[in-house]
Amino acid sequence: MSLEAMLIVAAVLFAIGLYGALARSNVIAVLMSIEIMFNAVNLTVVAFARYVAPLALRESISSVLTGQVFAIFIITVAAAEIALGLGIVFAMYRNTETVNLTEASQLRN
Amino acid sequence: MVTEPLVWAIFFLPLLSFLLITLVIRPFFNRYAVVSGYLLILALAVSLALSLVVLRQHYGGAELDFEPHTWLNLGDVVIQMGLLLDPVTSIMLVVVSGVSLLIQIYSLGYMRGDPGVARYFAYMSLFTAAMLGLVLSVNVVQLYAFWELVGVSSYLLIGFWHDRPSAAAAAKKAFIVTRIGDVGFLLAIIYLAFHGPEFAAQGLNPLHIPDIWQAAQPLATGGAVLGGGALTLIALGIFAGAAGKSGQFPLHTWLPDAMEGPTPVSALIHAATMVAAGVFLVARFFPLFQQTQEAMTVVALIGGFTALGAATLGLVMDDIKRVMAYSTVSQLGYMMAALGIGAFGPALFHLFTHAFFKALLFLGAGSVNHASGTFNMRYMGGLRKHMPWTYALVLIAGLSLVGIIPLAGFWSKDEILTSAWVSGSTVDPWVYQAVFGLLIAGVLLTAFYTFRMIILTFHGDFRGGGARELEDAEESGLPRPSSVSEEVHLGESPRVMVLPMAVLGVAAILAGYVANPQWVKSFLLIPGHWFSYYVEAAVPFDHPKTPAFNWEVALISTAVALAGIVLAYLLYQFMGRKRTQTLEVPVEIGEPEGAGVAEPTLAAEGADGPSPLHGHEPVPVAPQRPEPLERGGPIYALLSRKYFMDELYEGLLVRRVFYRSFAALTDWFDRTLVDGLVDLAGSVCRNGGRVVAQLQTGQVQFYGAVIVLGAVLILVGYLAYSAGLGG
Repeated sequence: MSLEAMLIVAAVLFAIGLYGALARSNVIAVLMSIEIMFNAVNLTVVAFARYVAPLALRESISSVLTGQVFAIFIITVAAAEIALGLGIVFAMYRNTETVNLTEASQLRN
Repeated sequence: MVTEPLVWAIFFLPLLSFLLITLVIRPFFNRYAVVSGYLLILALAVSLALSLVVLRQHYGGAELDFEPHTWLNLGDVVIQMGLLLDPVTSIMLVVVSGVSLLIQIYSLGYMRGDPGVARYFAYMSLFTAAMLGLVLSVNVVQLYAFWELVGVSSYLLIGFWHDRPSAAAAAKKAFIVTRIGDVGFLLAIIYLAFHGPEFAAQGLNPLHIPDIWQAAQPLATGGAVLGGGALTLIALGIFAGAAGKSGQFPLHTWLPDAMEGPTPVSALIHAATMVAAGVFLVARFFPLFQQTQEAMTVVALIGGFTALGAATLGLVMDDIKRVMAYSTVSQLGYMMAALGIGAFGPALFHLFTHAFFKALLFLGAGSVNHASGTFNMRYMGGLRKHMPWTYALVLIAGLSLVGIIPLAGFWSKDEILTSAWVSGSTVDPWVYQAVFGLLIAGVLLTAFYTFRMIILTFHGDFRGGGARELEDAEESGLPRPSSVSEEVHLGESPRVMVLPMAVLGVAAILAGYVANPQWVKSFLLIPGHWFSYYVEAAVPFDHPKTPAFNWEVALISTAVALAGIVLAYLLYQFMGRKRTQTLEVPVEIGEPEGAGVAEPTLAAEGADGPSPLHGHEPVPVAPQRPEPLERGGPIYALLSRKYFMDELYEGLLVRRVFYRSFAALTDWFDRTLVDGLVDLAGSVCRNGGRVVAQLQTGQVQFYGAVIVLGAVLILVGYLAYSAGLGG
């Protein structure tokens, strides 16, 4: 497996997620798409850490693991974000009885 | 020994009084407003004492050169502030502070009871301070600042009774007309500043007055730092400013209107000091003027022309203050003409004596107004019996103005006439002859209008005063003249008013001979021609000396003056003496209880209540007399309409030419271009905002799409750019 293959997969994943986030009208689907984009980023970070981490940094193990630590952080933040996002979705559903994003335009005006 | 702070104090004391009155007395202690008068009088008394010390020290030969202080350093041009103490300054300091002091004392009586008395003394303080500062200035910019300050305070004082439309209009007129001249002065200053490098090459400062004198003088190598056309232009610019301030033709129209202010204001500003500022300015730059024959000729001819022209207008005025106003314009013309023919000493000598007798004449007019309630001489008459002191003092001042030996005016006017008579080489010979002719004709007219004024006011029978004038105005359906009071109390003015007049009267008698004895080597320990020689020393360069006393000129001018007096006497004294008892106006006779409260504004308010004239003994009053000069027909009409100068300026120049061309152009420019640009900026923003506001849909996904699009665009742009660099 080469770095290029990793990056291509990540880019495809990211594009899929972006399309879903911008085009789907269901809030749950949008949240899921955002997760896909997170994971695309995770993949990129880990791939770079694996293939192109600077030689100087390989002397200490903690430096070598920078990318992986980043990925762990992103996963944690994503979990928190999903918890918060779902909370908002529930609140929205309770108030408007819909999870359709196009109808949630209260931010206008 | 005179130190620099001591000299500055002469200027700062009245200024301090101004600040105290405006910031403390008027806002917090307005009930004790009269204190402001005492404060100013105290400040001026100290100023006068200091001025006398300075004069004495300076005459004694003390070195009073103080280093000027740098105020602004603008690279090529350094603007300084400092003191210029020369004979002219030390004389002017005494005249300004002395005359002002007397007038403030008089004002205590004249302005008593006026609700704005604190404001009045505040303006008076500011004016006197500005005038003293003007006289002391060593730098042209400093001088110009005080020059404008004098203009502002005169605006405030002329419009002191701003509830009268005529006073407000007169104040505006004075301000704007003098401004026209000031533009010339300002241009001259700017032009001087442009010559900075040439001045600097000689180690001179282009704004330092003694340096300007120096620059105008021919250099040993030929030519001058400031010479030829530039010198003439600068001199004419300075003269334009001086002509505006001193009411010289064609900028004289504001001065007679300025009589709308309180009478002591007229006495101080429009007789003794402010209008003298113009003459002072030309005298200050005399070393510059005398190097340019063209400018000198202009000054001499305009001065002579004004002297005669204003005198003709003085012949027909009915308002006593307007007669005096034209007389002032005319006398200032004498001074300008004298400067123009190089008679430096005589011009300032006349300025000196004129300050006393003209201030006295105005104070006399105020006193007369106090008794008769009006300034219109047609309604006066016979006041001699009721106010002997005022009569005697006005007579002295009048004789002095006419130039009857041995009063002050004779000596100074005689020196001017002699200078023109003996001629010289400052200007072409024909200019001397023209000036002499104009001035000697002016003497005849001066004598005539002065005695017409005195006879109409003080001789004959009383013609009813302000009460009658108001009745007549009502009968003929004219609007009520605002400056006329119906309170008539025939009697002498209070002592606080007569006393300063008496002091001025003494000065009007003695100032001429005592200050400048001409026949003998010395008089009362004062050396002959003391004043002229002392003042002439102010000009450090070669210039024509004051001529010796000349019997021919003295005889000619006295004969002409007497002829004028006799003519006036013949025309006015024997005419209309028939008494009629049919017209009776209640008039209070004798010393009034509330003397000093007869201010027109107050009287107008008091008229609503019970008449203050109740119980007074009615006296017979003489009927109106026809004006004998009216037989002059069209000439009388021409004169009484002031040669239609006001109509020419306001009707033709301002309303037609100015409004239709320049004002219309700027109006169009303002409405179309300036307003258009402002509107354009507004509408672009508003409409642009409307378009952009459409983008706010509230659709999160739309926003996201736009962000992505933007990011992609940046990325593509970056790639294209780096590809371009790489390629």
